[in-house]
Amino acid sequence: MAFKLPNQLRALYTATNYHHHHRILSPLAGASQSFVFSLRRLFADVPPLSDPSSAPPPLYPHSTKTSLAPSSLNQYELAKFAAIAETWWDSEGPFKPLHALNPTRLAFIRSTLCRHFRRDSYSAKPFEGLKFVDVGCGGGILSEPLARMGATVTGVDAVEKNIKIARLHADLDPSTSTIEYCCTTAEKLVEEQRTFDAVIALEVIEHVAEPAEFCKSLATLTVPGGATVISTINRSIRAYATAIIAAEYLLHWLPKGTHQWSSFLTPEELVLILQRASISVQEMAGFAYNPLTGRWSLSDDISVNFIAFGTKNSQ
Amino acid sequence: MELLQILPNLAIHRTAKLAIMTLLLLEEAWLAWLLPVPWVASMPLTKDLNVAIIDSNPALSSGVSIKKEEPPDPRVSTVTPATISIFKEIGAWKYIEQNRHAYFDKMQVWDYTGLGYTRYNARDANKEVLGCVVENRVLLSSLLSCLQSADFRKTIYPSRLLTLHRNSSSTKVDSHSSGLPLHGQGNLVKLDLIDGSSLHAKLVVGADGSKSRVRELAGIKTTGWNYSQNAIICTVEHAVENQCAWQRFLPAGPIALLPVGDNFSNIVWTMNPKEANDHKMMNGDEFIKDVNHALDYGFGPHPKSSMFGDGGIFSWLKADVTSASEFFEIPPKVIRLVSDRMMFPLSLMHANNYASKNIVLIGDSAHTVHPLAGQGVNLGFGDAFALSRVIAEGIAVGTDIGEVTMLKKFEVERKTANIAMMAILDGFQKAYSVDFGPLNILRAAAFHVAQHVSPLKRGIISYASGEQRLPLFS
Repeated sequence: MAFKLPNQLRALYTATNYHHHHRILSPLAGASQSFVFSLRRLFADVPPLSDPSSAPPPLYPHSTKTSLAPSSLNQYELAKFAAIAETWWDSEGPFKPLHALNPTRLAFIRSTLCRHFRRDSYSAKPFEGLKFVDVGCGGGILSEPLARMGATVTGVDAVEKNIKIARLHADLDPSTSTIEYCCTTAEKLVEEQRTFDAVIALEVIEHVAEPAEFCKSLATLTVPGGATVISTINRSIRAYATAIIAAEYLLHWLPKGTHQWSSFLTPEELVLILQRASISVQEMAGFAYNPLTGRWSLSDDISVNFIAFGTKNSQ
Repeated sequence: MELLQILPNLAIHRTAKLAIMTLLLLEEAWLAWLLPVPWVASMPLTKDLNVAIIDSNPALSSGVSIKKEEPPDPRVSTVTPATISIFKEIGAWKYIEQNRHAYFDKMQVWDYTGLGYTRYNARDANKEVLGCVVENRVLLSSLLSCLQSADFRKTIYPSRLLTLHRNSSSTKVDSHSSGLPLHGQGNLVKLDLIDGSSLHAKLVVGADGSKSRVRELAGIKTTGWNYSQNAIICTVEHAVENQCAWQRFLPAGPIALLPVGDNFSNIVWTMNPKEANDHKMMNGDEFIKDVNHALDYGFGPHPKSSMFGDGGIFSWLKADVTSASEFFEIPPKVIRLVSDRMMFPLSLMHANNYASKNIVLIGDSAHTVHPLAGQGVNLGFGDAFALSRVIAEGIAVGTDIGEVTMLKKFEVERKTANIAMMAILDGFQKAYSVDFGPLNILRAAAFHVAQHVSPLKRGIISYASGEQRLPLFS
């Protein structure tokens, strides 16, 4: 346990130092409280690194990267999710906004991937025979509908608790019990040389320490000519007002401290790092929330939440 | 998707996706369940669903035999143009046209005070018909034919529902729970039938009428009240063909005369329970006399027809609708009673929720209304159509069809429409049940307004035709 401490502290340090926006921590006594609280949680809930599926961080600081090499994991981020793992499938619980957003994300995925793989969009199972991986699957909120749409789904998440919850829930329905869940990371899958027809990482990239490396891993996991779908939050002022202030502090949709504004990527940055990873972004859309109906819909407005679909260049 | 075959004492191998419960009562053949099934069969997204139909009505297996020479059955429904187009989309309307049915394009509404009347003509709203009156058994038979011709996996269970069990610990999955849930049955509902068989389903659609067992088992509470009125229905014959729908509001309740085809009409006469009983028991000729009296000079004088174009203070609103200039007509005389008289108590009922986990209610099991505007069955068909659409949309994005969030989308959509209609109908019922001078004048004024203000009349016709826009706010 002793060698873990300095690394976790370093992760914390890098997480906050990585960005120069200290004002994020200031308005909120809440934030600093949650900061301290998460420190405590870190030592309680973070999955034991002796777990074979996640590599222990190396002692030797040969990497000048500020991440916990070799993975792009950010332990601090992991801890946040580990704490609320049990409530993944409670559609009235802390993950309620995600449940509300899910059908809209699926509509985008369905439409772009049906077109890309030339599948009949009126079929109930258009993704039959295709291998998908849901990176950062959490409790399986995205993996299960994808499996129902016929795909062979592998769900991976770095938090052990999430995988346990996902497995239990998927077993409740015969159409989803075939999903393969692993507590691992994208980098580990790359090491295992696994490839997939579609790699989907929704609402994950804003929680990783090294987005560029993460994208490279995602690209390696995608077969040439395959699809990569990434969704995240834009680093815009509007997103700060909406996704952080409104969602976390006013509406309490998300626990405080879920997102760090400085970890957000702008669409241009995402397109660039994907391009460097040999993925050309073909389509992008935004998600708009209608407060009157309480429903999300796809829109052209990418100033807050946006999703991008790209294809891996075939060599 | 897998099929569940149920035979008593046989182990359950696979799962039914949808189980539709229905109870066709003797009095009210509620057909709402028959509608989502052929609809679901015809849409590509949902045609792979496995549907189990639980209904003890023998007509399901043996079919409905309708002899053309028989007089019409008194149980009829007035289907609105919206419902007609739904039927046409699933290919069921052609079966209806092979049997007796009666389109009507005119309607006259007046009351006993003789102070006013309104005539509606389909051409006022640029429509061909205001609706079509069809016997319930014809509706049933056409939907059955449609179902049989669909290439679709369905199983019919000729029994009734006894109990159902849902997995209650559904919202939170405990990471510390040991042992697997029972082989993939965690999210399913187990249904036990009276004949001993049982089945599992992802979604249970309760379309079993106002005394719904599904609603009772789901623990869904209702709000409502009894109207202290009963309705008598019967079929009568005229010397000439009736082509108009007539409704006269009498002190105890409205009497409606609806064309059903050939020279026959259907009577729906609402009155207080004691009188209703008397009318049910009295001999046929006396009953006919009373009916003619009620439709003619009984209880009050005829309203005076307004002269051409004279709408009084409304004449400045160009009465550009045909019916504004139509004169008041007396309904055709009834010459013969050709069926038994049936009687039902009337009430208003609305379920507090239409959906809970794995269970959804449609039609009369979710809401019942006063028959005074012929809207009840149309609300039910509207529910069925909306549910099929919501299910298809859910399947498109891989949703578990038993999910409450998806079912709530259906509920929100239909509750608004149903409650609006129920409120309006209830309002009418109350407005017409009081004989009080000033209120009578007000009602008369309302008749005049509806008769002469064309935009309002067009709005009323569209709303009553099922077009989902409230009459004043189009």
